[in-house]
Amino acid sequence: MAGITFQGVGKTYAGNVNAVREVTLEVADGEFIVLVGPSGCGKSTLLRMVAGLEEITTGQISIDGRVVNRLDPADRDIAMVFQNYALYPHMSVRENMAYGLRNRRTPRDEIARRVDDAARMLELGPYLDRKPRALSGGQRQRVAMGRAIVRQPAAFLFDEPLSNLDAKLRVAMRGEIRRLQRRLGTTALYVTHDQLEAMTLADRLVVLNGGRVEQIGAPLELYHHPATTFVAGFIGAPAMNLLDARIEGGRVMLAGHDLGPARGPEGAVTLGIRAEDMHPAETGLPMAVDYVEELGSGRIVHGAIDGQPVALALAPGAALPAHLALHIAPEALHLFDTTSGKRLPDALPRPARTGVPA
Amino acid sequence: MQKIKPLDHLILILGAAILIVPVLMAFASSTHSAAEIHMNGLYLAPGSEGVATYHKVLTQRGGFTGEVTGARMLLNSLILGVGFAVGKIVLSMMAAYALVYFRFRLATPIFWAIFTTLLLPLEVRIMPSYQVMSQLHLLNTYTGLIVPLLASATGTFYFRQFFKSVPDELLEAARIDGAGPVRFFIDILVPLSRTMMAAIFIIMFVYGWNQYLWPMLMTTDEGFFTLMRGIKTILQVWVGSQIPDYNEAFALAVLAMLPPLLVVLVFQRMFIKGLTESDK
Ligand SMILES: Nc1ncnc2c1ncn2[C@@H]1O[C@H](COP(=O)(O)OP(=O)(O)O)[C@@H](O)[C@H]1O
Ligand SMILES: [Mg+2]
Repeated sequence: MAGITFQGVGKTYAGNVNAVREVTLEVADGEFIVLVGPSGCGKSTLLRMVAGLEEITTGQISIDGRVVNRLDPADRDIAMVFQNYALYPHMSVRENMAYGLRNRRTPRDEIARRVDDAARMLELGPYLDRKPRALSGGQRQRVAMGRAIVRQPAAFLFDEPLSNLDAKLRVAMRGEIRRLQRRLGTTALYVTHDQLEAMTLADRLVVLNGGRVEQIGAPLELYHHPATTFVAGFIGAPAMNLLDARIEGGRVMLAGHDLGPARGPEGAVTLGIRAEDMHPAETGLPMAVDYVEELGSGRIVHGAIDGQPVALALAPGAALPAHLALHIAPEALHLFDTTSGKRLPDALPRPARTGVPA
Repeated sequence: MQKIKPLDHLILILGAAILIVPVLMAFASSTHSAAEIHMNGLYLAPGSEGVATYHKVLTQRGGFTGEVTGARMLLNSLILGVGFAVGKIVLSMMAAYALVYFRFRLATPIFWAIFTTLLLPLEVRIMPSYQVMSQLHLLNTYTGLIVPLLASATGTFYFRQFFKSVPDELLEAARIDGAGPVRFFIDILVPLSRTMMAAIFIIMFVYGWNQYLWPMLMTTDEGFFTLMRGIKTILQVWVGSQIPDYNEAFALAVLAMLPPLLVVLVFQRMFIKGLTESDK
């Protein structure tokens, strides 16, 4: 078990593709870190540099205080779980799990003990002598995890391990991965493009965009204090509403309505509002309703304010008035610089808040 | 179930007959005496001389020097067929492994160079090959018979395509599991290639088995004669009033058919099993 340190890590592929730029990150021992971002943002590249499957172009990666830039994947003391599982098709489940240990000349009885332990933990006992092709997707996924566990590595690396499973199984496996990681206390780096998976698994999230780190923080911290419009628009379902507004005379103005005080510079500003922070009221911002998504546990109303698309979350029983007007608490407003997309830090006085992510 | 259509069956039976009758004829004729065949033509019903003929071709010393038996020729053909097949599989797998998994600058041009030699039949390079072997004093040796023909563009090509279809993640997982280049090849690629190896073994064994021109050039010592040459020798004795030993030629031909048949049967089973077992 060990921490992982990234120091100004960058990757340039042939043809001058800067897949990852200047990533600096300190992962604590036993921490579950999720790298999240849209497809092509460099998550896999970053993970594969830790694994040793890609050369590190610039910077340094250390595992347990040891710089690993020049080490072979096998010598880095990590285990990886791939999206397509990458099980050896001609080996039984037992052989698949034992292969890495055999190559390390682990004694026979030690291998048997570890494989049996892992099989018990993952409920793979009845399948130990089957070949991977005779297993379901979820079982294969478990074998891939077993292969990682038996090695007792310093860190687990996961590259979208649940993407090939159906929705229900994904939720179940998500819980299982989290429980296992807690129980073993092994540092984990987990790559996903699914923000919900990221939110539910992570101790800390690293949001990547175009190879750069947008923000690092605990799931709720990112949810309630997104550092940029990119994070605001990526985390949460539905994502935060982002609207063009103005600061005039120290007030946030949207469609001629005064939404509250602001300390930022006068002029154009990007206003962020979570869907659940807007409430129907007698008077307020008028919203034109387009369509309604029924979720059972609530409903999402899609429409427009001032011609800009907006999503509004309502409690299940709440009535939908014909002419929808919205009240928004001033402390629920997020302000971002319109050009850079960066959060305007002290634009609004914000009380500390807690809540459950959508 | 589909309805059984009589016409379809008729066509199938006809096709099968066309393929089987000559074989049957060869076998039936081999059990008659040479004189009978000479007088009455080919037979479709077995005769009474079978045991004697087969015993004779397998054990009787023949050829110009009177040294080589049918059994010896059978053995030579087997050595050639198996040597070809195994050698070609080993060489072309290693070549394909290098081409696919090792990043060296000229891999692609080298591959295409190998690939274009596919277009050249053996006969084109037979004289230079002969000269090289002759200068190395390898005429009349099994090494000389087998080694020059081992480089196989066909095999390299098939294995290259196969290796390319193996997911990269398998290599990556193996690297993380501590398998070096040799381990990965032996532990992962070779077992995964079993189907491919079976298919290539069939093709190459038959290819080696049927070689005629090359062994004829390479060997003058009758101890190296193969079945193909033996058959030819039997039919070459038109001197005086002597009748060629048709029955013996047929017997040898029948014998020559058996090992390839066996190889196909055995490896086809492996081949099909491999195909149905893989989940790609
Ligand atoms: N082997 C490669 N050669 C060149 N470019 C690559 C290679 N692998 C990935 N890239 C590029 O690097 C960027 C990041 O890729 P990747 O890390 O796979 O993204 P993600 O996993 O976040 O979807 C993409 O633009 C991709 O096209
Ligand atoms: Mg990826």
